[in-house]
Order: sequence, then structure tokens, then C-alpha cells
Amino acid sequence: MKILVPVKRVLDYNVKPRVKSDGTGVDLANVKMSMNPFDEIGIEEAIRLKEKGVATEVVAISVGPAKAQETLRTALAMGADRAILVQTDDDVEPLALAKIFKAIADAETPGLVILGKQAIDGDNNQTGQMLAALTGWAQGTFASAVNVEGDHVNVTREVDGGLETVKLKLPAIVTTDLRLNEPRYASLPNIMKAKSKPLDTKTPADYGVDTAPRVKTVKVSEPPVRSAGVKVADVDELVAKLKAMGVHS
Amino acid sequence: MKTLVWVEHDGKAVKDATLAVVTAASKLGEVHLLVAGSGVDAVAKEAAQIAGVGKVHVADNAAFDHNLPENVAPLVAELMASHDAFLAPATTTGKNIAPRVAALLDVMQISEILSVEGPKTFTRPIYAGNAIATVESSDAKLVLTVRGTAFDKAATSGGSGTVEAVGAGSDAGVSSFVGAEIAKQDRPELTSAKIIVSGGRALGSSEKYQEVIVPLADKLNAALGASRAAVDAGYVPNDYQVGQTGKIVAPQVYFAIGISGAIQHLAGMKDSKTVVAINKDEDAPIFQVADFGLVADLFSAVPDLTAKI
Repeated sequence: MKILVPVKRVLDYNVKPRVKSDGTGVDLANVKMSMNPFDEIGIEEAIRLKEKGVATEVVAISVGPAKAQETLRTALAMGADRAILVQTDDDVEPLALAKIFKAIADAETPGLVILGKQAIDGDNNQTGQMLAALTGWAQGTFASAVNVEGDHVNVTREVDGGLETVKLKLPAIVTTDLRLNEPRYASLPNIMKAKSKPLDTKTPADYGVDTAPRVKTVKVSEPPVRSAGVKVADVDELVAKLKAMGVHS
Repeated sequence: MKTLVWVEHDGKAVKDATLAVVTAASKLGEVHLLVAGSGVDAVAKEAAQIAGVGKVHVADNAAFDHNLPENVAPLVAELMASHDAFLAPATTTGKNIAPRVAALLDVMQISEILSVEGPKTFTRPIYAGNAIATVESSDAKLVLTVRGTAFDKAATSGGSGTVEAVGAGSDAGVSSFVGAEIAKQDRPELTSAKIIVSGGRALGSSEKYQEVIVPLADKLNAALGASRAAVDAGYVPNDYQVGQTGKIVAPQVYFAIGISGAIQHLAGMKDSKTVVAINKDEDAPIFQVADFGLVADLFSAVPDLTAKI
């Protein structure tokens, strides 16, 4: 079984995003970019399935600028077998991404597509579900456990209030949540090896997908700031403040 | 504009998350509801009482139990032939279903709206709430998820919606529900609690979380929360997590105990009305957003607070 794993190059999660002063977006010039953390979990899960003998090949895909090659090389260094870069400088929306992945899935016929539940830049949380709609496949979103058994996969999902498990017919779509696994670091020999793994470059047009945005960003602004209040001297003063607000047992 | 709102329910009653969505939908136009599942008459009747509701569509079919998106999304897409906007709460259920509906309709969804600025214009958080985008849709129909803490809840009475049965629906046959482990809590849910008591890594262990955090929460009838660091360290289950990658909360009072205030945590709780921080590090970033800060050793201060409150 082949597994496709889309990965996105995003602002590193440790970097505090700065809104551009002209309100057109978040400043990405000269800041550290990394693989979306949820996608890293997706790559890790696919590699583990390969190590268990469930999967035979792991293909990493990225839709983005030429520099997204670096993100794909990271995926290859972690253990993906080959990569596809769908190169574009446009900001591609989840719906168009799902259409590109659908076209790739048609060509590659994977058993599973594992995506991050959301990218930490746009926070849309849509692409996996949209790909599932376009393929007509079942979806196991926000996964904390993935078990392939014969012609189906059991996915344990992190839902509000706890966990639920669904049984999905293969091929299926999985989106990852944080606790699915802890991604490995690529070793130096593997980073070197990754340089010679195959990486194909395509364009959205190769898949017949129009990436023109459907949603226009009118402006991007700073969120309202919370200002610091007062420091209380001790527990008694805190209790008094809270009681004054009506907070007590 | 005719809107269709996804009613989140547990088979017996309408869940609170639905009410904020009704408020958001009412800013766009006429509010219709969809109740899907088997044996949901009581839920439909309850939903019809929600203030401002016009029609309540009821799809009574076991295929819709457990909200399986493979079965539910085609039903919603079909109903969207006579509606202009689909709105669902930004809960794990809404997030699971809405994008599947959007793709079936060839619509680009707008996720987690915070406000309605115009018939097709909304604000929404990006970068974990570190920036707010104002966005405008150019699609013929709208698919939206709504952040519950950003809208007032519609009143649960005063409405006089008409209940109407809709299409039989079918089982797509690609997915089934196996089981759930829902943490049974005799306390309010995190996302709807008036008071939340959260603990961080400074607690040091699961035992200390139980010993220090839980009694205060018990006394205040509060929900229990935690930082990602505390969750990662295994002190509490993941569903306690407040933050960018966990739950977004906005209670009346939020207690951050032994939580330093990483960006990722602040993203989940900074809309709380009042924030109380207890931390022994006076330079902890949490104090920059706290209304009341107490620099103290939590192991003595919190039990003292619990005794005196």
C-alpha cells in the first residue's frame, strides 16, 4: 500500500508572527520556516506504517514555492521514499489544494492519504475533509491512533470531551492530531541520503487545477491586546478581589 | 439570505455550541436548523424553541447517528440547494463535517468566524489568533464554522420554528462508528464553563494536579484545564488542553496556575473575561495578560486560596 502525505512549509511554530504594518498579511521575510508540525506527524505515521510492513511506499507532496523543496527534503530525510513539488508562488486555498491532491491520488492510487489536521498559518482545518469529499473516501480526522487491518483502517479521533473510534474502508483519508506520535529527527546520514531521493516538480496546471482564490483577504490586523492588571500581595488580597467579583464557593 | 445551521446534539438534547451559531446565522438572514440522527424528535422540538428559528429540518435516519461525515455531508449538500449559507459550530463535529460539505458544493469554507462584517465578509483568527484576518467570499454560497466564544448564545426559548421531515438519506457504506471513550465529568465542559482552573508544568506530577488544582475547581464548580506542557508531561489527558492546538476558551474567570504563558497557551485563553495567574516566577509572560497576578509558590498559595474562597 502506498501512502501520500502532503506537507506545507509554514512559519516555524516557535516564531511569533508579526502583522505587516500595511495590514496585508503576516511578515514572512527573513524568518525561520519549517514543516507544519501536524504534517511532520503525518510523515512520521506513514513511515511507521512502512516500518510495520503495512505500507510499501511513502510519497511526500508539497504545493508551494521553490523553497518548499527544503520541506520535502526534510520529509525524505525522515524516511519518505520520494517527493512531488507542485510549484506555485500563489497562496493556494484548501479547496484548490484538495483538487490537486485528488488528481495526484487518481494517478498514484494510494491506500491512505495522511494530512495534518490544519496548517498553523491559515488554521483552516479543511484540506483533508475536502479531499475526502472529492474522492468519496472515508475520513478519520484528528487522529490519535491509526490501525490498518485488512481492507479497512480503525482511526481513533480526538473529539470534544474524549476519544471516538471509527472504522473506515480503504482507501481513506486521515488527518493527524498532536498525540498521534512524536516525529523523529532526521539523522545526518539520512539527510545526506535524502538529497539523492527522487523529487518531481509539477505545476497546478499539470493537474488542471485553477488556484485563483475564492476568498479575498481584505486586511490582516493585530488581535486586541490584553493589558496586564495588578499584582496582588497575597492570597487574602486575591480572595477579596475575587469575592468582590462574585467569585466564591 | 436563507441559512442552514447544524444542530449539535447528543441524541437527547441540543448542545450549547449550537446557540452561538444561531446568533451568527441570524446576522445573515433567515435561520433554518438541521437535526440529523435517529429518534431525534425531542431534540427537534427543543431546537424549534430557540429564539429566532424559522424552520427545523429533521433527517431521521440511523445513518446520521454519530455524525459520520460520509453520510451527513451529502444530506447537507442536498439541503443547500434551497439555502444560501451553511453554518456549523467550530467543534470537532462541525470541523469534521463542514469542509466535506463545502467541497461537495465547490465552495471555499471560511473557518472559525469571529464576527459577521457583511453578507459575505467575516473576521477570523489566523496564526493561532496572533492575527485577525478580514475575509470576503466570492462563492455563490457560504460554508462557515463559527467560534462559539465569539457570539452570544441565542435564547433557548421564545422561538416557534416549524418542524419538517426531510430526505431519507443513506449510508455511504464506507465508514462506521466503533465506540467512544468520553471522559465522564461531573463538572462543566471546558468550552462552556463560567470558571476554569488550569494547571501547568510547574505542578510537577499528575498527583500534584489532583491534589492542588482539582480541589479549587471543585469548590468553584469550575472546569479543569491544563497547558500543553502539562498534557505533554502526562499530568492530565489531552482533552484538558487549553491553547492553540487544544481548546479555545473564554470563561468569566480563568485561573492559570503554574503556567508560564507560552504564546500557544495564551492563544487559547486570552479572551477570558478575567485572568488570575499564580506563578512563582514574577517574570512569567502570563502576568502580562493577567488581571490579578500573585507571585507565590503555588503549592502553598493554591490550597490556601481553596480554603479561603
